[in-house]
Amino acid sequence: MSAVKDAAPPVGARAKLDASRRALYHDLLRQMLHVRYFEEKAGEAYAQGKIGGFCHLYIGQEAVAVGSLAALRPDDYVFAGYREHAHALVRGTTSRAVMAELFGKATGCSKGKGGSMHLFDAARNFLGGHAIVGSHIPLAAGAAFASKYRGTDQVSVCYFGEAAANIGAFHETLNMAALWRLPGIFICENNRYGMGTALERASVVYDISQRSCSYHMAAETVDGMDVLAMYEATRRAVERARAERLPTLLEARTYRYMGHSMADPIHGHYRTKEELEEQKQRDPIAGLRARLEEDGLLDDAQYAELEKGVHAEVEDAVAFAEQSPEPDPAELYTDVYKA
Amino acid sequence: MPVLTYRDALNHALREEMERDPDVFLMGEEVGVYQGAYKVSRGLLQQFGDRRVIDTPIAELGFAGIGVGAAMVGLRPVIEFMTWNFALLAIDEVVNSAAKMLYMSGGQIPIPIVFRGPGGAALQLGAQHSQAFESWLANVPGLKVVAPATPYDAKGLLKSAIRDDNPVIFLEGEMLYNNKGEIPEGEYTVPLGLADVKRAGTDVTIVCHSKTVATAEKAARQLAGEHGLEAEVVDLRTIRPLDTETLLASVRKTNRCVIVEEGWPFCGVGAQVVDEIQRHAFDDLDAPVERVTGADVPMPYNKLLERAAKPSVDAVIGAARRAAYVD
Ligand SMILES: Cc1ncc(C[n+]2csc(CCOP(=O)(O)OP(=O)(O)O)c2C)c(N)n1
Ligand SMILES: [Mg+2]
Repeated sequence: MSAVKDAAPPVGARAKLDASRRALYHDLLRQMLHVRYFEEKAGEAYAQGKIGGFCHLYIGQEAVAVGSLAALRPDDYVFAGYREHAHALVRGTTSRAVMAELFGKATGCSKGKGGSMHLFDAARNFLGGHAIVGSHIPLAAGAAFASKYRGTDQVSVCYFGEAAANIGAFHETLNMAALWRLPGIFICENNRYGMGTALERASVVYDISQRSCSYHMAAETVDGMDVLAMYEATRRAVERARAERLPTLLEARTYRYMGHSMADPIHGHYRTKEELEEQKQRDPIAGLRARLEEDGLLDDAQYAELEKGVHAEVEDAVAFAEQSPEPDPAELYTDVYKA
Repeated sequence: MPVLTYRDALNHALREEMERDPDVFLMGEEVGVYQGAYKVSRGLLQQFGDRRVIDTPIAELGFAGIGVGAAMVGLRPVIEFMTWNFALLAIDEVVNSAAKMLYMSGGQIPIPIVFRGPGGAALQLGAQHSQAFESWLANVPGLKVVAPATPYDAKGLLKSAIRDDNPVIFLEGEMLYNNKGEIPEGEYTVPLGLADVKRAGTDVTIVCHSKTVATAEKAARQLAGEHGLEAEVVDLRTIRPLDTETLLASVRKTNRCVIVEEGWPFCGVGAQVVDEIQRHAFDDLDAPVERVTGADVPMPYNKLLERAAKPSVDAVIGAARRAAYVD
């Protein structure tokens, strides 16, 4: 077992950021701020009883969704698990539609019938929102199969946790995706824990990317706290999928700051406060901000401007969700079958 | 009219639908090179190629999910399970993914998919290969469940199932594949959700589906010939949605009912049918509704024990006589 403790990156020599990509960097930063503030507000609303059921926040993991989704085209397919507010938002589903869905309102992206774990936005090829660990991995391969079947160059991206890499569906799917050369990108968000079970207590292999060896699949381990690394690694995987029709397993080393869900404590029996504090040193937002500032691509005023924009958007979304109507009672019986 | 086996009727349905719609494909174990474990897909690989007739590894969960994912983005997969016993490994994708997607996406994502393969017992295959799951599957809102008895129905219903925009469970039968029946030339479909009166009668209704239609018909002939009772045989054909109209019309006429099914009695299809009858035709009943089912045990291997575990013609006759107060 190589229980790699993903530590803060060493300070020292690193390549300067490319000034011509400043707009991209700012956008990535803005999106991470957006996700984080959205999640903070969702947490508040949950505490106030406005959001029910299970609600899994993404705080700490922002760089994974933001960096990787930036490498996709609008017509690519995206599948996620139940910790997927970020993936929907970054994909372009509005803050209003996502927040309203969490509130269970008729204006939500799934008409209030899905909830936090079942966000869908067909118009943006955001295909869920799945709450059975690992069961969406074959679904994503199915969409990749469809693009191969139709001869398009769309890729299909699937996000899942490291605990899902122990599920049969993961292995069955990786085998078929490699065997059939499906343009799938399987992004494992290794945040070290599945609920309260540390990866090293659930798997003899800590490096999830090594699982690709069994399937002769390309793989990479990426610093999931580094949005630019996520972006570049995903670009390589997208290129492989589009040009060569080959799938990739990407393992993003990341960390969640909050409890498994809003129902759980932030730390407790399974991890220490010290570990959490140490991991926060790798914070993806602070990290990108610092690099941009060091390289003269961002100043405090610009940062404040970005923050202000996302705060306004999220606060508007909360107000919208609050004011939105409950679903019509007749909705109970609609959408069971397609007429 | 041409006479075809149930197997070839299904084969023709697949072939015609694949010719008709390029989005339809067949995926499963041994469907291609081997021509189907039960030869239902004979010739399809040769006609359509390996892009549309796809042999899979033994990975029911994975390929069922790949089918659902392909359906999410608009293809129309037909997923073959070698038998429904093995589909239990894929039940997550059938129940948690296929049946729920339209609802939990607020109507955005329909799943036009068919899961098909043989269900129920054949001969002496033992406990793990001899199970009828229609009541499990029909319990799930979002699924349609079809179980044809004749070649005619098999072809017409499979074509409708493939054209339906919902997940359809299509239960065939190993013991049915060789049965022959007339099939009209040219195009026809049988709509989902419609029962069929296979034999008209006045004294007792026998409700059945799939393999038990033959059991019911044989019992009806003996009841007429030897017991002076004219039985009406109602073949449900589709378990969900259940055609209560046809069912109740028959019971209102005969005032007596026997339900025969291959599955286990507890929470079986018959239990649902009894409930429909007692709620909607209580005053029309002259006798308690009788049920004939598979024995409430795992299927034994021994030939005699197996025979005793299956719903028999004699059991149906006995039930009909009790319902008619002959005994
Ligand atoms: C098949 C299945 N088993 C158990 C659960 C309950 N459960 C929900 S999340 C979870 C942990 C998953 O951890 P991981 O895949 O690492 O994702 P993370 O929550 O860390 O994002 C468990 C056990 C479930 N939803 N599905
Ligand atoms: Mg995890």
